[in-house]
Amino acid sequence: MSRLEVTDLARGFGGVQAVSGVSFTLESGELLALIGPNGAGKSTCFNLLNGQLRPDSGRVRLDGVDLVGLPPRRIWAMGVGRTFQITATFASMTVAENVQTVLLSRARRLFGLWRPASRQFRDEALALLARVGMADQADRPCGVLAYGDLKRVELAMALASDPKILLMDEPTAGMAPAERLELMALTAALVRERGLAVLFTEHDMDVVFGHATRLLVLDRGAIIADGPPDAVRADRRVQAVYLGDES
Amino acid sequence: MLHRRQTLSLLMTSAAALTAALTAGSPSALAQAALAQSATPVRVGEINSYTGLPAFTIPYRQGWQLAVEEINAKGGVLGGRKLEVVSRDDAGKPDDAVRVAQELLSSEKVDLLAGTYFSHIGLAVADFAARNKVPFVAAEPLTDAITWSKGNRYSFRLRPSTYMQAAMLVEEAAKLPAKRWATVAPNYEYGQSAVTWFKQLLKEKRPDVEFVAEQWPAQGKLEAGPTVQALAAANPEAIFNVTFGADLAKLVREGEGRGLFKNRRVVSLLTGEPEYLEPMKDEAPEGWIVTGYPWEQIDTPEHKAFRDAYGARFKESPRQGSVVGYATLKAIAAALDKAGSTEPDRLVAAFRGLSLSSPFGPITFRASDHQATMGAYVGVTTVKDGRGTMKDWRYADGAAYLPSDEAVRALRPAE
Amino acid sequence: MSFLLVQALSGLATAATLFLVSSGLTIVFGVTRIVNFAHGSLCMIGAYLGWSLIERFGGSVGGFWGSVALASLGAGVLGAAMEVGLLRRLYRSPELFQLLGTFGVVLVVQDAVAWIWGPEDLMGRRAPGLKGSVDILGQPFPLYDLVLIGLGPLVLGLLWLLFTRTRWGVLVRAATQDRDMASALGVDPARLFTGVLFLGSALAGLGGALQVPREAVNLHMDMAMIVEAFVVVVVGGMGSLTGAFLAALLIGQLQAFGILVFPQITLVLVFLFMAVVLVLRPHGLMGRAEEAPPAAATAAPVLRLGNRGGWIAVGLLALLAAAPLLVGDYAVIVLTEMVILALFAASLHVLIGLGGLVSFGHAAYFGLGAYGAALLVRHLGAPMPLALAGAPLVAGLGALIAGWFCVRRSGLYFAMLTLAFAQITWSVAFQWSGFTGGDNGLLGIWPSAWASGKAVYFWLTLALCAGALALLRRAAFAPFGYALRAGRDSALRAESVGIDVRRHQWFAFALAGSAAGLAGGLYAFAKGSVFPTLMAVSVSVDALVMILLGGVQTVSGPLAGAALFHLLESQVMRATDLWRLLLGLTIVALVLLFPRGVVGVLSSRRERS
Repeated sequence: MSRLEVTDLARGFGGVQAVSGVSFTLESGELLALIGPNGAGKSTCFNLLNGQLRPDSGRVRLDGVDLVGLPPRRIWAMGVGRTFQITATFASMTVAENVQTVLLSRARRLFGLWRPASRQFRDEALALLARVGMADQADRPCGVLAYGDLKRVELAMALASDPKILLMDEPTAGMAPAERLELMALTAALVRERGLAVLFTEHDMDVVFGHATRLLVLDRGAIIADGPPDAVRADRRVQAVYLGDES
Repeated sequence: MLHRRQTLSLLMTSAAALTAALTAGSPSALAQAALAQSATPVRVGEINSYTGLPAFTIPYRQGWQLAVEEINAKGGVLGGRKLEVVSRDDAGKPDDAVRVAQELLSSEKVDLLAGTYFSHIGLAVADFAARNKVPFVAAEPLTDAITWSKGNRYSFRLRPSTYMQAAMLVEEAAKLPAKRWATVAPNYEYGQSAVTWFKQLLKEKRPDVEFVAEQWPAQGKLEAGPTVQALAAANPEAIFNVTFGADLAKLVREGEGRGLFKNRRVVSLLTGEPEYLEPMKDEAPEGWIVTGYPWEQIDTPEHKAFRDAYGARFKESPRQGSVVGYATLKAIAAALDKAGSTEPDRLVAAFRGLSLSSPFGPITFRASDHQATMGAYVGVTTVKDGRGTMKDWRYADGAAYLPSDEAVRALRPAE
Repeated sequence: MSFLLVQALSGLATAATLFLVSSGLTIVFGVTRIVNFAHGSLCMIGAYLGWSLIERFGGSVGGFWGSVALASLGAGVLGAAMEVGLLRRLYRSPELFQLLGTFGVVLVVQDAVAWIWGPEDLMGRRAPGLKGSVDILGQPFPLYDLVLIGLGPLVLGLLWLLFTRTRWGVLVRAATQDRDMASALGVDPARLFTGVLFLGSALAGLGGALQVPREAVNLHMDMAMIVEAFVVVVVGGMGSLTGAFLAALLIGQLQAFGILVFPQITLVLVFLFMAVVLVLRPHGLMGRAEEAPPAAATAAPVLRLGNRGGWIAVGLLALLAAAPLLVGDYAVIVLTEMVILALFAASLHVLIGLGGLVSFGHAAYFGLGAYGAALLVRHLGAPMPLALAGAPLVAGLGALIAGWFCVRRSGLYFAMLTLAFAQITWSVAFQWSGFTGGDNGLLGIWPSAWASGKAVYFWLTLALCAGALALLRRAAFAPFGYALRAGRDSALRAESVGIDVRRHQWFAFALAGSAAGLAGGLYAFAKGSVFPTLMAVSVSVDALVMILLGGVQTVSGPLAGAALFHLLESQVMRATDLWRLLLGLTIVALVLLFPRGVVGVLSSRRERS
């Protein structure tokens, strides 16, 4: 049994088939990149996996349990974390509070009306922030952070629930090249340390080929290649529809 | 970023400023100290919906202003003390009225309260008066509750109540051949109790009548076309109307346009009052049986004197409200003189059975239910010189349209 | 049969007026995204201008219709002036400020119109040539109403031509779809918006002026109109012209036939209809999803839990507790009301400040608390402590029920649903005389003997309100408050970290409702009586103004706002008959000068120095 097993996933919008017949697996310790030209269906794919969209057909199984039809928060509770393409943090809170909120959510304490939230799970939050290199900014409001820092906060927030799988939608978009490599190195380290399974989308081919353990190539809603970086790089179809255009 | 210290200190300053404003800042407190000697005026706290219903309350205000001027010109009350009115707006809200009443009582040190137009505000102030043991003369509210079911020791009411006006109209309605009646009334206490009384009293006099349709438009939101159509569809022989103001104007226009009033008699509450009749100008309905106030035709000496004085002072003709405001203050002055004191319980005793002369003739505050016997004019509407007025009218003395003392004693809560 | 036909025609005539007024409102909203409270006032101005002109020139057919057109233009010009003077400065402000700014205009216009035209209802001339009626299947039907029925579709047609066949119209439509697109097309958005306000206001004025031959022009037209127009626009879908047309038709018929079937509950019917439509169709009949759910504020600052604050609160509490020993009875009464209103405002702040949920019907829960307490006393003879305990429960239960529906919608639709529920509650209190006492309210709700002294009751109020405020404050800084803020800051992210945003909002709604209910219960005993006016729209607006005064993004802001507001209102009302004008101008000035509220401005000044 694979950690994540996706079978024949399909979803259309009106007459357009955004995703059709997508099947793949993801195992612990893997850093799987999902690539493809704009509009290939990557974001739809992500939204189907974490429950934001409901597939027309197909299955998503986490450790053998079907996730289809569950709302995002339930899927999250089962161990699927996510970061967003456009950063989404809680702007009116400090960095540490953002992470604390997630920790409180995991502990199911969010209906607490009495104990101040800022004093709960603070050490755990700081530890997570230290892991992503944001400990020194723990008490700054999220609303004023630089873009790259926000991405790292998001990563800390995603890790706070101790997920089995992490879905990262363009984790390095908008970052400087040096920052990108740094963040991906961090992600790769986390995958190793925690036995995480990461699925990420990415435009930057240096990042993809530098860090991914395996690649999925999506074109017009369908997977056209699935394999280790070198194999995919050599795939003629991929070169034709995708890499060829880019380079 | 939030600095709570800052905000809390702001709170404290505003609280301190408030305290200062409410204690030292009150000019009347100073005035009071200066006048503590013999010539202290008697102060009446007056509350009404001046901003909410100016069309009715401004003539009323002019009425009491005239009365106060006359009273003070003749040497005031209680053997030489001036009568002074401290007037406040209640914004049309009962909770504001109660706060203002409190302010009049504790800061302005008024000796008694008067005024109000809306029934619910009148009731709120009456309840306040009873609790604080201060006399209150409800000038305009119509609700029967103020003297009956919610009546109390300290509250008196001047204007003829809903029951009285309905009873006056029933007398005329019973003479009509009509057997099939329809009613249209605003859907709140005033409209509901007017219709209830009208039906009950008319059935007593004419067991053969039946009520074939009822319309209950929301006050101020009458859907004229559909309402008129629905009334017409029931094909009544006569209609009892309780709507007034903007609703009445719509009803009249739409009713004329759709022939609702053709070959039907209409009996209508308050419609003869100039406040309601005059804005309709030459479109005032013709031939409706109404209660009202044909001010230009009443030539009793009391009324002529009042009309002339009012015209000279304000350069306009009096309204129903003017008479009510005028009589309210005259009644207060009479009660003060009768009591010989501003002491609340003596004032209450003085008001009970107090008789005085009003522009409408002699009136008495009944001891049994604290209702004045001021009446209304019952007549038929007509249009004369492009203006709505009344004809074939008579004065219906309120005393004749009130239940007996025993009957109302059963209606009032025990003191 | 002929009767039903004529009844339907009457409904169509009502619908025509409704459509004229609401089309203006929906066009203005579509482009500017501002819900213009003053739209009803512009309609009233149109009616008054129309009356004056028709009195003068309306004797001939040409004179009459010319007067109507001129009145409509006049209202349009005033609307355009309002855009330039006020709205233009508010496009980037949070929605709450836009609503309150236009509400300030409503107050100003009320006093201005009363001052110019006098307080009395004005009965205008009838339309020349259209005074009579025609027989339709044996039933007489007014000619003028027939003309109105024709005017509705005619105006819709003309607007359709304007929006599809003219460059200006196309630009307006572009701006309706996407506000930034207009500027991309090289149009000066400021001029476009002024033009739209002109058009919308002229339609309002037209609707008003056309009423002159039907009813007496009066000072209550503004509120009557705006409430109906809101319902039409919301039911139709905000920004949709055809939606407004359809909704006007439906509501016209609903009213025409509603009075046949349920003559007693006409008030509830329309709001019930709106609630049902919104529950079934989140964006009205023809509306589109909002581009972005409007938030209470653009960038919410971080809330900090300090330590010194506790001591200052204790100091303030001690000062307040000592007040009855120092000041007179009236001051104690005003302080009591202030403390109660502070709790009321703070309870609304839980929704707005933490949840980003702008409720337009919070007075419902204040009123439910007051009525809950009063009814317990009246019908069950409960003693005061029991009645006070019941107040938050009754209000909380009401909020739990209404909240379940409301939190399923966001932004303006949330606001309108809360308004609908408040109006339904109000109508029940107003019209169910047997149980609630109707408009005459419930009297004799005075405190128990031990608490009847003004000072004692003040202390009781202070203790309960301070306790409730402390609890609300704890909740704001507890995980619950964080979850609410998380949902407001980013609902997407919140859901994806396991936060059930809707559930938190629902509970917050109930919590805020209970707190408001406690305030209402205390208010009932402070006043000795309860009336439906406690649930009126104006009370909900008062609460919003308090929060605006104090600043949305501070926890103690609403308290200062409530104190300031009550002081202003009670003192200004005592001083002048023109208090609405003053209050309106104050609100407009505050919105323009202190968009962050008084406390907000003070803290930011502190921050800079």
